[in-house]
Amino acid sequence: MNSSLAPSQATTEGCFHCGQDIPAGSSFVTVIDEKPRSMCCPGCQAVAQTIVESGLDNFYKHRETASYTPDLSLKSVSDAQLSELALYDQESVQRDFVVTKEDGIKEATLVIEGITCAACIWLLEHHLKKQSGVEKVSVNLTNHRARISWDSKSQVLSLLLAEIYRIGYQAHPYHPDKEEQLLEQERKRATRRLGVAGIGMMQVMMIAVALYGGAIQGIEGKHVTFMRWASMVIATPVILYAARPFFVAALRDLRTRHLSMDVPVSIAIGGAYLASIWATVTDSGEVYFDSVTMFTFFLLIGRYLEMQARHRTGRAGNAMLNLLPASAIKIVDGEETMVPAKELSIGDQVLIKPGHTVPADGKIVAGSSSIDESALTGEYLPIRKELGENVIGGTINVENPITLEVTQVGAETQLSSIVRLLERAQEDKPKVAQLADRFASYFVSAVLLTAATVGFSWWLISPEDAFWITLSVLVVTCPCALSLATPTALTAATGTLRQNGILITRGHVLESLARATHIVFDKTGTLTEGNLTLQETRSLAEHKTDEHLQIAAALEKHSEHPIAQAFHTVVSDYKVENLQATLGQGLEGLIDGIKYRIGKPEYSHGVCDNGSFLPELPAQSGQWLLLCSEAGPQAWFRLNDQIRPEAADTIKHLQSLGIRCEMLTGDSSSAVGEVAAILNIDHVVSGVSPEQKLAHIQQLQQNGAQVIMVGDGINDIPVLAGAQTSIAMGSATDLAKTNADGVLISADLLRLVDAIKLSRKTRSVIRQNLGWAAGYNFLALPLAALGFVAPYMAALGMSLSSLVVVGNALRLSKLSKTNRVK
Amino acid sequence: MDIIFLLIPIAIILVSFAIWAFFYSVNSGQFEDLESPAHSILFEDDDHLIPDDLKDKAKDKNSDEHKPE
Repeated sequence: MNSSLAPSQATTEGCFHCGQDIPAGSSFVTVIDEKPRSMCCPGCQAVAQTIVESGLDNFYKHRETASYTPDLSLKSVSDAQLSELALYDQESVQRDFVVTKEDGIKEATLVIEGITCAACIWLLEHHLKKQSGVEKVSVNLTNHRARISWDSKSQVLSLLLAEIYRIGYQAHPYHPDKEEQLLEQERKRATRRLGVAGIGMMQVMMIAVALYGGAIQGIEGKHVTFMRWASMVIATPVILYAARPFFVAALRDLRTRHLSMDVPVSIAIGGAYLASIWATVTDSGEVYFDSVTMFTFFLLIGRYLEMQARHRTGRAGNAMLNLLPASAIKIVDGEETMVPAKELSIGDQVLIKPGHTVPADGKIVAGSSSIDESALTGEYLPIRKELGENVIGGTINVENPITLEVTQVGAETQLSSIVRLLERAQEDKPKVAQLADRFASYFVSAVLLTAATVGFSWWLISPEDAFWITLSVLVVTCPCALSLATPTALTAATGTLRQNGILITRGHVLESLARATHIVFDKTGTLTEGNLTLQETRSLAEHKTDEHLQIAAALEKHSEHPIAQAFHTVVSDYKVENLQATLGQGLEGLIDGIKYRIGKPEYSHGVCDNGSFLPELPAQSGQWLLLCSEAGPQAWFRLNDQIRPEAADTIKHLQSLGIRCEMLTGDSSSAVGEVAAILNIDHVVSGVSPEQKLAHIQQLQQNGAQVIMVGDGINDIPVLAGAQTSIAMGSATDLAKTNADGVLISADLLRLVDAIKLSRKTRSVIRQNLGWAAGYNFLALPLAALGFVAPYMAALGMSLSSLVVVGNALRLSKLSKTNRVK
Repeated sequence: MDIIFLLIPIAIILVSFAIWAFFYSVNSGQFEDLESPAHSILFEDDDHLIPDDLKDKAKDKNSDEHKPE
């Protein structure tokens, strides 16, 4: 969250509600806080009006920034949308996300889109609370979930959903799958453990201060005994409840004959705890309850942070359900009925209006249109589909209404099969062995052997000292520093990267980034921006570039086609009449009595009636559109998917780090070669399917390469899952983000270079830490074994060596961003 | 110092109460959103509670506060 942005800045620059530019000549005004505020569109005006009328204009004071962009098309609730929402009133649909309580009170869990800051939460909660029949509303800012309780006798859910739409947000039912419920349980359990360890640690520490003070000043024996018993009582739940995950993991590792870091941690915690109990009961020796609880608490903090990072992207766990629409228009005997999408079966006829999502795989039986498959393939241009062709569920119909005969539903759909491919790829994923774990297995065996030898020797020499000397050997070699060496470094580096726009979601990422030899990029949406932009206007008549651009913009204004959207930034004063669209060809309209066409050259030229020649297509590559009037050809417009400005720099930096850059793309057009040449990419594979992409990566990995894959579309997911490290772009589909090891939130490719540099630094810090911890242990071990180290000295040395390790790890919290674009 | 024989058991009872309260708050989902409560305390929607004769002053202060940020 960027709280440094000044509030209410939008008064002079742009729409007061959403912050977007106000088109010249428009006058949408809402009176807010006794001042007229200008709005960019009737949508924002309607929302602002609703907010003011419900007395919630404080929303504009509370929010931090005006750059808040809800989906403009959904701000006013049409009858069609209401009838779609009414589906959610059906008992069978509500089963998944609504709980009925006593007295007809129902509670629904929703996911709300469009929440950007705490003021949104305030607005939603207050607006919903004002609706009749609503009992309780709470909206969660972290995971954007809302819980609403309402009286089902006096209120229906669909009206509440419509109210959410009216103030500019979108609500979807939230039905957690099994996995998400498990994650939630895990999160709660971890929080409880952390709390128990923290509270217990503070109490034991308090008593420990008294005991240490007593040791210096002198203290009565009965007080010492009592305080030892008290700290034992408090430490017991910490060990038995909070430290349980370490013991469980250690047991599991021992059973699989594999020594991990959990083993020495468990030995240290369990050993010191048991020894302290022995000391308390027999009233002899030293107690270590304070060290044990502190150690447990610190290790749990590390685990907790790691778990949070892992869960953060898990939020979109049922992203697949979100992609498929909740409702469909089914045609039965010529009648249109709205049904829940999951009730469709094979053979049903479904009507899909422009702008709607296709509910299931099917074959077109009436009409033809273009389909936006970008969610699946990452391609931004819609694909033309004719009668009889197959359409994939989850894609979006762009132009004309079509009727579909459903051929596949549920688990059989193509979308589900991509998810299955993903699961298979994850199983085959090469494991990255963790440095600390490999180190731990040698270390643990060494410590256990030494302790056993020392204990046995002293038992022969003087049996009464054997126990305490063996214990101080174990305490001195306590792997505190050793087990903190890796997690502290990883936590510091992960935090630094997150501040710089890279979210790491799996523990192994930093290590595998440091070892990467190859980096593979997807093209569309990764190396390029992923949408068409207007690059150039070339007028065929003199000095009329602006005029032609405005005419084109006026024609394209009302179309949502990606090509048309490239023109939406241009403000135009022209009024168009009789606008007609020809599928896959272009648009035609009347401006000031002259007929214009814009689109494919051949189509466009058809409007010219004087037999003028079709101008030659300019040589430069890109998508060329021709604007023609009845008088003849007027102007060329060049559209292209722009390469990200920092892409070339990124590739250069990566190559200088000794990493080989490759590009894998499903695109087979000439644009591929052009992009590769501009960016100077080492190796390009074009025109490949998701399966082939995965095969290519696996081939590389079999030859010993360490691969980082960077991608964004759903078709990239299998290959993201198959690579040792996968990074998804911030704009990627939720499904891709959930399955990637890291997410590039800032969408700035240069941050990848930072990440690799920092990961290499992290690796060296981890090595230094391990070296220091091991060195300290090897030095202290002989002294302890010979009986020179009193247990309190051992505890002091342990704390000091841990502090050194933590301090060294903190060096990773600074990142030198030298590689910014100049 | 024999008072510790009473005080420490009381402390342990208080701690178990604190842990019970903590468990209750975790289980009822109070730790799921750690961001919005920090903001919502700053939202001034208590206009109706300010007496009318002080309202003008409060308003001036509000608008002043918002300008320099």
